[in-house]
Amino acid sequence: MAGVELDRLSKRYGEQAAVKDVSLRIPDGEFLVLLGPSGCGKTTTLRMVAGFVEPTGGTTRIGDRDVTYLPPWRRNTGMVFQSYALFPHMSVAENVAFGLEMRKVPRPEREARSREALRLVRLEKLAERLPRQLSGGQQQRVALARALAIRPDVLLLDEPLSNLDAKLREEVRIEIHDLQRQLGLTTIMVTHDQEEALTVADRLVVMADGEIRQVGHQRDLYERPADRFVAGFVGRSTFLEGRVAEPGLFETAGGLRLKADTEGVLGPASLALRPERLTVGAGGHDNQLPGVVEFVSYLGAVLEARVRLSPEDRVVVQLPNRSGVPPLAIGQSVEIGWPREAGLVFAAA
Amino acid sequence: MATASLPDRTLTPAGAPRPRGIHLGRWVLDGAAALSLGFILLPLVLVTWLAFFRQEIPSLPPEGYSLRWFGAVFQNRNFVGGFILSLQVAVAATAIGLALAVPASLALARRRFRGRGPIATLLLMPLVIPGVVFGTAIYVFQIEAEILTGLPLLGSTAGLVLAHALITIPWVARLVTASLAGFDPAVEEAAKNLGANPWTTFRRVTLPAIRPGLVSGALFGFVMSFGNLEMSLFLVGAGRTTLPIAILQYLEWKIDPTVAAASVLQILLIGAAMIVTDRYVKISQVV
Repeated sequence: MAGVELDRLSKRYGEQAAVKDVSLRIPDGEFLVLLGPSGCGKTTTLRMVAGFVEPTGGTTRIGDRDVTYLPPWRRNTGMVFQSYALFPHMSVAENVAFGLEMRKVPRPEREARSREALRLVRLEKLAERLPRQLSGGQQQRVALARALAIRPDVLLLDEPLSNLDAKLREEVRIEIHDLQRQLGLTTIMVTHDQEEALTVADRLVVMADGEIRQVGHQRDLYERPADRFVAGFVGRSTFLEGRVAEPGLFETAGGLRLKADTEGVLGPASLALRPERLTVGAGGHDNQLPGVVEFVSYLGAVLEARVRLSPEDRVVVQLPNRSGVPPLAIGQSVEIGWPREAGLVFAAA
Repeated sequence: MATASLPDRTLTPAGAPRPRGIHLGRWVLDGAAALSLGFILLPLVLVTWLAFFRQEIPSLPPEGYSLRWFGAVFQNRNFVGGFILSLQVAVAATAIGLALAVPASLALARRRFRGRGPIATLLLMPLVIPGVVFGTAIYVFQIEAEILTGLPLLGSTAGLVLAHALITIPWVARLVTASLAGFDPAVEEAAKNLGANPWTTFRRVTLPAIRPGLVSGALFGFVMSFGNLEMSLFLVGAGRTTLPIAILQYLEWKIDPTVAAASVLQILLIGAAMIVTDRYVKISQVV
């Protein structure tokens, strides 16, 4: 096992930069998640660590080895693919033993270790089956066992759950997380699903347009998003567009004057508000505004309402569903409030 | 490519009255299938029947049955020699076809490059060019090549094998490409990730995946080469014949059932090859 270090790693395809100067230090045993929309460069970054994509700049180190230009088969990474990628003509046991065979591990030890890996994912009973005789969740667990059997320096997970249905996804996710902890494996996972990312990660990297936008723990990303993109991508935000008229005062396009921590921003900007930080009714907050309910969604545990504060400005409010009766109706006049620190101001790009 | 199955009767929701049109449609389809099957089998059945006639001039009804024409096949030096040459050429041509078409199919299926589409089509060209045209072209080419290099290409077995390799290429390419279509490239990446170098990856992962296409492509290529007449007519050396040429030459003088017997032996040989092949790969699943 080892840490991973990426130093200004880049990949260009002709004029197109897929990954730009990505630098990351992943300590031994950390579960790092690369999160971002499709096409943000997260998969390319992972594939550069695995050796499937040759970078056009920068270096990759695994442990104290520079692996930047090493082919995949000399790297000792364990990768789990989105499509499982099991060898269709080999039994589950043969699949899991394949990496050990390549490492010329003698047969008795090979068998013992592949049994052990299958036991970890609770599939030892299915060792003789062929992949096509297994369910999607079982196949993905075999793929995981296959990657673990070689005792990789780093475990690489490429959207490992996206082909599974919701219930299985949670099961396999918990399984991956527990195994990672138990084995203390340095792990890099790529996903576009933020819930998935938030539940398993020790640390998250948000990427967009080939660049790292923010690196941090769950709370950092949610409470202190580095930019407007992160504020919109991690959790939900409604954005009010406008400008910072003077320090501490945000003026929306619709003419509302709002108190906010403007932190050095002046001029065109947007104000991000988390739906659960807004209150409905008289609250005595820094900002108290009248509004009209435009739309109500009943989501079970919570209710969501879109409230018009001015012809140009709308916010989404989330209320816990305490009584079972929607406290808001479309067309109703309400008062919306929030403390100044609940609003995050981002200068317009 | 799996054989497409017709919509099943069970698709009709239980209890709902089945529209009359579906019933009629099935009859038409079944009838058409039976008709085309008969159309294919009839000549084969006739030629087989004929091979057992006793009389020299084929006419109906048969005057009696005999196995003597099968004996005549083996006593005819042209047939035996032609059979051996055809077999040698077909085996060698198929081997060359495999060696060229498998890497070509892999490249076409995996890599994105300029001219990929046209090249894929060109690989299938020998299928659509009339044999006589192709034979003439290769004949002319081999004459020119011989003049340029001084190598005795025309009329040599090597020249014949190279030409026949061209007929096997499209079959191998087509069927290998088809079996690659359903094959996830990530499986090869998984092998490399686990420590397999490219050659091991090919041997242990890619080859088993394309085996059905490879075996059936080789089989079809072999059959096409073995039965080829038009190209061989141009290229075969003086005093040598392939089996199809031997049959043609024989027919110029005689029409006794020896030719029918030779055909039956060919049908048996190819049928046996298909049955053996089918034990390893289900041909119907690939073609």
